[in-house]
Amino acid sequence: MSAPATAARPAPPPAVRVTPVAPRRRRARLLRWAGVALLSLMAVFFLLPIYVMLITGLKSFEEVSLATMWRLPTGIYFDNFAAAFRALRPNLLNSLALTVPAAVGSAVLGSFNGYVLSKWRFRGSQTLFTLLLFGMFIPYQSILIPLVQFMQTINLYGGIPGLILVHIVYGIPITTLIFRNYYASVPTELVEASRIDGADMFRIYRHIMLPLSPPAFAVVLIWQFTNIWNEFLFAIVLTRPASWPVTVALNNLAGSQIVEWNVQMSGALLAALPTLAVYVLLGRYFVRGLMAGAMKG
Amino acid sequence: MVAPSAILIGIFVYGFIAWSLRVSMSDWQGLIPSYNFTGLDNFAHLLFNDRRFRVDIRNTAVFSVAFLGGATTLGLLLAIMLDRKLPAETFFRNVFLFPMAVSFIVTGVAWRWLMNPALGVRVSGLNLLFERLGLDFLINQWHMTSPPWGMAFVAIPALWQMSGFAMAIFLAGMRSIPEELREAARVDGASELQVYRRVILPLLRPAALSVVIILGHISLKIFDLIIALSGRQLALDVPAIYMWTTTFDANNFNRGAAIGILLLLSVAVLVVPYLWYARRQEAEL
Repeated sequence: MSAPATAARPAPPPAVRVTPVAPRRRRARLLRWAGVALLSLMAVFFLLPIYVMLITGLKSFEEVSLATMWRLPTGIYFDNFAAAFRALRPNLLNSLALTVPAAVGSAVLGSFNGYVLSKWRFRGSQTLFTLLLFGMFIPYQSILIPLVQFMQTINLYGGIPGLILVHIVYGIPITTLIFRNYYASVPTELVEASRIDGADMFRIYRHIMLPLSPPAFAVVLIWQFTNIWNEFLFAIVLTRPASWPVTVALNNLAGSQIVEWNVQMSGALLAALPTLAVYVLLGRYFVRGLMAGAMKG
Repeated sequence: MVAPSAILIGIFVYGFIAWSLRVSMSDWQGLIPSYNFTGLDNFAHLLFNDRRFRVDIRNTAVFSVAFLGGATTLGLLLAIMLDRKLPAETFFRNVFLFPMAVSFIVTGVAWRWLMNPALGVRVSGLNLLFERLGLDFLINQWHMTSPPWGMAFVAIPALWQMSGFAMAIFLAGMRSIPEELREAARVDGASELQVYRRVILPLLRPAALSVVIILGHISLKIFDLIIALSGRQLALDVPAIYMWTTTFDANNFNRGAAIGILLLLSVAVLVVPYLWYARRQEAEL
């Protein structure tokens, strides 16, 4: 609250600038270059792990050694990636079979909720929204034991279908939030006009909201794809080894004494590749999902 | 149309929390569920008699301070530099944000080798790089440093992954500040540094609140990163890992549920006021 007060403080008497203009401009330019240098240094820090994973993956088995881990490969070999791929192939496929339906399912439910909560406000709709949102923050350890019991009771424990259900349910809060914020920008008059014309809730959704929704679906699908692909806790607790997604298998690989570090690193890069590719190609949408998670309105 | 979701969340979030609460106040140890009421015994045991849980709380505290302090500082610094409209801004922004798209497991596996604590002839990873660059004084034991400070080093990969998020939130906050405000301050004779200190930073308070809440609740829940970084070592134990091992390895379901509930309470203390505040603010619009 002190901000506007200080900003509005009466100006000090105009100081007589003795510094000529040229050195000041030179200082500004120097500062700019210092800024770029600092940013580049930070960029090195952020790219370092990817760099190591990449050069390690491209070395031949003979030249891999912890003592020379920073040295560039002498040629391009795919031994490491091939070994990692052999180990992780079934799990990459599991992840795909898990992630796509779970992302679509949670997006559809989120779109329903977002539509109703933004355009058909009813008594308690705000409270319902807040209650849904809270599901996004809970530590899953607090529901893990009943979840396992429940999944066993309904016979969905151990496989991918059960994990899909779990990801759909716990994806509802974030997808609802993103769709609700998106639909809030659609003029309510559109909905009201069709309501007067006698259209019901579902018809308005199908004929008015859904055609307007592709951008929001892009954000939500990409966000959910990334999150579910990267998830670990539900996967390790709810699936048996044959159904392990790639995160669990990779962690297992990393904990193993037999698998070499170079294969582990190549496996890590393989596991990261799908979400990295999505980020590189569709980063705009990903960042929008990220900002929505910060709940600004 | 909201009914299916309301029912699902009702069961999977609120119903399950209630069920966990029941388990946390039971005597269920072993493979066969048992729900004899034991009151708050499990909570009392964890909070007053359990050395491991006390270590966990200390570890979480060390990690959270290092992680939150580091992420807000780094995020703010990066945001200010990007805000200066330096060349290649988009490139830098994308580089700082891409780790967000990667799994904590991947991050943990990569940093496990970068932060290899081996010394002497077996030195490798960043320590080896420091040695080659003549920065020997930086060589250290990373997360294997004696407890509790090893936990502070766990914050490094977490920072690598999440400070881009803080940067994005701060940058969005800065970009939403009208240019006239900065201009006015400059006309009043403020230097660029003063513009940031007196005008921009105070207006970033809501953004900082978002960052602290989101990253704060993540650091209370931290789990996958530590598992992938170092397996399950007591020195780097946190409540989320303890819950997992005591429940699924030792079959102490009642203790596991109690840890889950305590975690939930700690997150709720942080998040509920925030949700409340966000809702009230929206109602005013």
